Amino acid sequence: MGVLYRAHVLVCGGAGCVSSGCRAVQEALKSELAKQGLDKEIKVVETGCMGSCDLGPVMVVYPEGVFYRKVRPEDARDIVQEHLLKGRPVERLLYHTSQREIIQQMEDIDFFAKQRKVVLRNCGIIDPEDITEYIARDGYEALARVLTEMTPEEVIDVVKKSGLRGRGGAGFPTGLKWEFCAKATGRPKYVVCNADEGDPGAFMDRSVLEGDPHSVIEAMAIAGRAIGSNQGFVYVRAEYPLAIQRLKHAIAQAYDYGLLGKDIFGTGFDFDLEIRVGAGAFVCGEETALLASIEGKRGMPRPRPPFPANEGLWGKPTLINNVETYANIPPIILNGWEWFAGIGTEKSKGTKVFALAGKIANTGLVEVPMGTTLREIVYDIGGGILGGKKFKAAQTGGPSGGCIPAEHLDTPMEYDTLVKLGAMMGSGGLIVMDEGTCMVDIAKFFLQFTQDESCGKCIPCREGTRAMLDILTRITEGRGREGDIELLEHLGTTIKDTALCGLGQTAPNPVLSTIRYFRHEYEAHIREKRCPAGVCAALVHYEILQDKCKRCGLCRRSCPVDAIEETTEAELVAAGVGAAGADMQAAGASQGAISQPASSPKRKPLFINQERCIKCGVCMRECRFQAINRC
Amino acid sequence: MRSLAELEQLKRHAQKELGVRGIGGYCRATFIVHMGTDGIAAGAREVLLAILDELKRLGIHDCRVTQTDVTGFGMKPPVVDVVTPGHRVETYTGVSPEGVRKIVAESLVESRVAAV
Ligand SMILES: Cc1cc2nc3c(=O)[nH]c(=O)nc-3n(C[C@H](O)[C@H](O)[C@H](O)COP(=O)(O)O)c2cc1C
Repeated sequence: MGVLYRAHVLVCGGAGCVSSGCRAVQEALKSELAKQGLDKEIKVVETGCMGSCDLGPVMVVYPEGVFYRKVRPEDARDIVQEHLLKGRPVERLLYHTSQREIIQQMEDIDFFAKQRKVVLRNCGIIDPEDITEYIARDGYEALARVLTEMTPEEVIDVVKKSGLRGRGGAGFPTGLKWEFCAKATGRPKYVVCNADEGDPGAFMDRSVLEGDPHSVIEAMAIAGRAIGSNQGFVYVRAEYPLAIQRLKHAIAQAYDYGLLGKDIFGTGFDFDLEIRVGAGAFVCGEETALLASIEGKRGMPRPRPPFPANEGLWGKPTLINNVETYANIPPIILNGWEWFAGIGTEKSKGTKVFALAGKIANTGLVEVPMGTTLREIVYDIGGGILGGKKFKAAQTGGPSGGCIPAEHLDTPMEYDTLVKLGAMMGSGGLIVMDEGTCMVDIAKFFLQFTQDESCGKCIPCREGTRAMLDILTRITEGRGREGDIELLEHLGTTIKDTALCGLGQTAPNPVLSTIRYFRHEYEAHIREKRCPAGVCAALVHYEILQDKCKRCGLCRRSCPVDAIEETTEAELVAAGVGAAGADMQAAGASQGAISQPASSPKRKPLFINQERCIKCGVCMRECRFQAINRC
Repeated sequence: MRSLAELEQLKRHAQKELGVRGIGGYCRATFIVHMGTDGIAAGAREVLLAILDELKRLGIHDCRVTQTDVTGFGMKPPVVDVVTPGHRVETYTGVSPEGVRKIVAESLVESRVAAV
């Protein structure tokens, strides 16, 4: 029997915390524990993502369950000497609410308290590199039950009745897909996990693989039994080295414990699992392209039908599901379909993991029941918009999805409702935008992405998205024409109808949905050559407010292109620069002279030479008197 | 892995290790050692280690050992609080490493009584 550790320090090893320096914290902690002679009593464990990425590096000290955030290596000494030795939690590292209230326990913090974890049940709680910790959390019990107590038909029946739908984007009923594969006649059959996760900003699948890899391995073996397959492949992008490493380690451990390989649980069922690493093209997340890539061919989609369920890998029946879809399977088997169907809404069962990003206070990974409103996610869990600004819209479904504007904040997040709004559930990327975001610019950003990632096989996607991008570019550069919006709509709907695969069929979505909700912004760009959010560089200009300017010259010295020039008052009046200039003209006309409040009478007024200005905004940042305006 | 029973056995064993994290649920008793300055001076740290040793000797995993900086006024250090199910608290004062064996035994009996 091992040593009894009286305390466990769980250090988050999610990629967010790794990049904010959790490894150094972990090392500092271990060496301090050794120095104090506590290393035999206290165990340090690196876990998967705990979710609160903006607070990283984070850690939890058990048995008390004290949550520390933004821990630096220098803090290790106090954590060990004060907390672990003397029982005094280190106050400065505790979580503070926006009302400056201190919270000690993780479960009392709103961000965590309002979530419901099914998929992420083990992430941040167990050591992903130790299979026994997964087993302690009921791991592999679902597989044992499936192999020893259930028929494949019963397994499929449970998955069907649970109402689980695919989490990879399209939301296809999982049980139905399993049934198609089970009925397919070709042999052998394959089970594939789609861990390509190409959506920019999304990291749900990576977090599951990094934090709880066994949940996917177990589910794939269950799927193998259900459809009659003995071989699985996990397709992961090479950009996810930590996920690949943890998964590799987990697969090796599962073989060691006889949970993969031959004659699992003595039932005669064999299941082998291999990793296939992809180069990270977005289109390789599309199932037919993914299968081609596994076969060693160029990752290009092909028309469906035939569907992979009948003709997939090497032309054989293939089940392909997303990481998160699989991670739901073991708890469904153990707790029953009724339990799962009891979570969520009528047509969308269970929970959904979202990657919160953008202009939101708490960024990170959250899991909520389906049907939770966007408002609850943004405000109750996400802590609202950064800097107290106003919510403008949220993009769901990444480059394939659409935006949900403020008037639909109370929309329940479920498959069909989102589609009705012109957005989609997608894989779970959720990008929050505030009033400072230009919707035309955002649409351009996403279309640029899909246009770059288009594989080029079909013309609507290859040429059509380029034509749309050209139009968007000219609109944002102030060269938009009357009729451009209608042209975008026409192109968009045509591409949707005619593109070969989901990439092209969804690529126009961000454009169409921003036109639907923010048409006036497009119009302002085209007709008034104005960017209401002040983002599109070609349409903004900077000007000096003469009534606030003290003529200190700071802006002039900081301008990288010498665009700020001295002028005589008369020239200034003649030029009538900007709104302030016009005001002054009016004032000058009535008083016969320009008043110069509080500025040095000796120095000449400054103004911005618009021809030379590159709109970098340095002058505005440097000015101490808010005398520079951007409009 | 040959059977569900084998998996169950592995799980029970693994849960003991994770009891500290509140995984696997049941905790028979929590030993809270007072670690104020006076406690440490009077040998609280040795008492804490003695508790860990005793639990290890008995092969008991479903207990917790923690520390606090609260000092009991007027109580002779080292002080150990033992919390058993139902939030019953028993306070021991002037504990020595040698006295730990008796406290652990008493607490485990206590917890059994309380659990019934
Ligand atoms: C362009 C494109 C990219 C996709 N990327 C992914 C992806 O990264 N991960 C994923 O699981 N599904 C992705 N899909 C969806 C897959 O084609 C497929 O529907 C999914 O893997 C099925 O699994 P599910 O039923 O569990 O959702 C993508 C689809 C398209 C059209």
